Amino acid sequence: MSDNLLFAMEAALNGVTVGIMYSLVALGFVLIFKASGIFNFAQGVMALFAALTLVGLQNGQIPFAPIINAAFGTSIHNFGWNLPSLVAIPLTVLVMIGMAWAIERVVLKHLVNQEPIILFMATIGLAFFLEGLGDIMWGAEVKRLDVGIPQGMSSWVDETTYNLFGYGFFIDTLSLYALGIAAVLVTGLVLFSQYTKQGRALRAVADDHQAALSVGISLRFIWVLTWSIAGIVALVAGIMWGSKSGVQFSLSLIALKALPVLILGGFTSIPGAIVGGLLIGVGEKLFDFFMQPVIGGATENWFAYMLALVFLLFRPQGLFGERIIERV
Amino acid sequence: MLYREAGDFKTSYASDNQTFPIRFDRYAYWVVMAVAFLVLPMVMNDYWANSIVVPFMIYVIAALGLNILIGYTGLLSLGTAAFMAVGAYATFKLSTAFPAMPIYLVFILSGLVTSAVGVLFGLPSLKIKGFYLAVATLAAQFFLIWLFTRYGWFFNYSSTGQISMPERSMFGVTITGATASSTAVYFTCLIFTVAMAWLARNLTRGQMGRTWMAIRDMDIAAEIIGVNPLIAKLSSFAVSSFFVGVAGALMFGVYLGAVEAGEAFGINKSFLVLFMVIIGGLGSILGSFLGAAFLVVLPVLLKILLVDNLGWPADLARHLEIMIIGALIIIVLIAEPHGMAALWRTIKEKLRLWPFPH
Repeated sequence: MSDNLLFAMEAALNGVTVGIMYSLVALGFVLIFKASGIFNFAQGVMALFAALTLVGLQNGQIPFAPIINAAFGTSIHNFGWNLPSLVAIPLTVLVMIGMAWAIERVVLKHLVNQEPIILFMATIGLAFFLEGLGDIMWGAEVKRLDVGIPQGMSSWVDETTYNLFGYGFFIDTLSLYALGIAAVLVTGLVLFSQYTKQGRALRAVADDHQAALSVGISLRFIWVLTWSIAGIVALVAGIMWGSKSGVQFSLSLIALKALPVLILGGFTSIPGAIVGGLLIGVGEKLFDFFMQPVIGGATENWFAYMLALVFLLFRPQGLFGERIIERV
Repeated sequence: MLYREAGDFKTSYASDNQTFPIRFDRYAYWVVMAVAFLVLPMVMNDYWANSIVVPFMIYVIAALGLNILIGYTGLLSLGTAAFMAVGAYATFKLSTAFPAMPIYLVFILSGLVTSAVGVLFGLPSLKIKGFYLAVATLAAQFFLIWLFTRYGWFFNYSSTGQISMPERSMFGVTITGATASSTAVYFTCLIFTVAMAWLARNLTRGQMGRTWMAIRDMDIAAEIIGVNPLIAKLSSFAVSSFFVGVAGALMFGVYLGAVEAGEAFGINKSFLVLFMVIIGGLGSILGSFLGAAFLVVLPVLLKILLVDNLGWPADLARHLEIMIIGALIIIVLIAEPHGMAALWRTIKEKLRLWPFPH
């Protein structure tokens, strides 16, 4: 096999692993969009916030330490303990659920029946608020996140591909774990929404708010529930991204990439989010690989958006989305 | 009895159609003009001009442009900063390629170039809307910035990848470049701001503005009553990008002097202008002024209060600022979806009835 083809294959495989990360963020978007018709721009920042909280709890940081120090002239930083991941992760989940509750209480409740675009802008505000809050609570420096997922080159992939093609592919072990976790997450979500009472209620709300209300489903509880689930998905995404490249602000920019993923996959489809993520991931790596000699590198910055733009012109509802019907 | 229509008789169609139908508003307008043109240049020092007044006026132009798109036509754009970058780079290319061209003409031409680019990226708006369109404009944001930092032609192959404004003057007064006096900069921005605000106000009152608003309120219904969505949406993109392009040209030409596309015109600037429009008031000219003023002054105030007086670290103040802006957006959307301009409208209604509200 020619070298070029092998390199392209390696690029594509790396694309798959990056794409899974996009999918993880996109999943959270889809969940919230299905249940409440809200396009949650803050999903990426929620991932950042979750990861920051997790690191902070692990390292025993004192929340709001920077602002307390500045206001009272103290210099406190740590409680002086290190929590194991097994304790810190459930605690972070609790924080995310609390946040979901607060968001419903403070923001969503007051914006019921507003136009989608107003809600969208409210979530942009929410994204900024959370970003600032995360920085003030836990400090803004880049943090290392380690929850015990092995990292570094996967020697297994390297050896197998070397035996097969005579060239070892370089793939991060972490990415393989991400694949597995994404699969578990999606299966879990599907099982939850198909076989539990709450899941059925969730689907009922997604189908028709009014009808769901009239059979006695509490809309507000369902909203808290979906935002909690989205928060947990955000935590998973935050852990994966954070382990890969450190917990830092650029995490929330990655979340922007989830927007084209959604456009490809469709706003209402969970499998769509996964497939869209993979397509974008593989697409941008391959595009960069083949076009780099022609138009220069760093095309990853915009390829996803351009692909989405072209896609929108032909199939605005996405690959798996429901057909958009407009009525006067 | 300050604020009344009563006694202000209109005797011609022209006076019936004037911009400010109430006499008090007209006086207020002239007072503001007099202060801006005569008093401020006398009393203002360089610090005020550079950190508040000049950026304020530039952001007003950008906010006006974005308000035309979002507030009047209902098309959400997250690519404002990229269009500002187009204006900036057009100014750079035009002023270096044609050194003899009057600099004001360069700014206007830059606006027109941005207009053309804006129409190009506005084409998808014919098929899609809402946040779908927002994603399409994100494509503009990332693609254009990538283009400007990647291809040497745009920055004349300078080794730093920066563009810096050459010195240009008009009527013997240096307007751009390092030696330009802050008065010249101030008057340039002021003239453009006043002209653009006048243009925006009259465009939105006229037929064009009405077709935009028809599209905003319900595009299918507008189509049925005979509004051509192609013309309405693309003209909105063209006008909006023209404003944003001029703002970018001024920001680069007279305010910053040297910029690097990714740094000065990143996605955060797009959000900043969007927030100005939301906080100020969607679909309001006055709102663009109020929003820009608020978001230009807030960081300066916070910095003075927290960093200079309380001695807090600067990055902490910045994070607090982000948080406050985010919270404000939510509060504004919940409490007063039409922004600060709506507050002013309420005050006017009260003033009209004062002192006998019943």
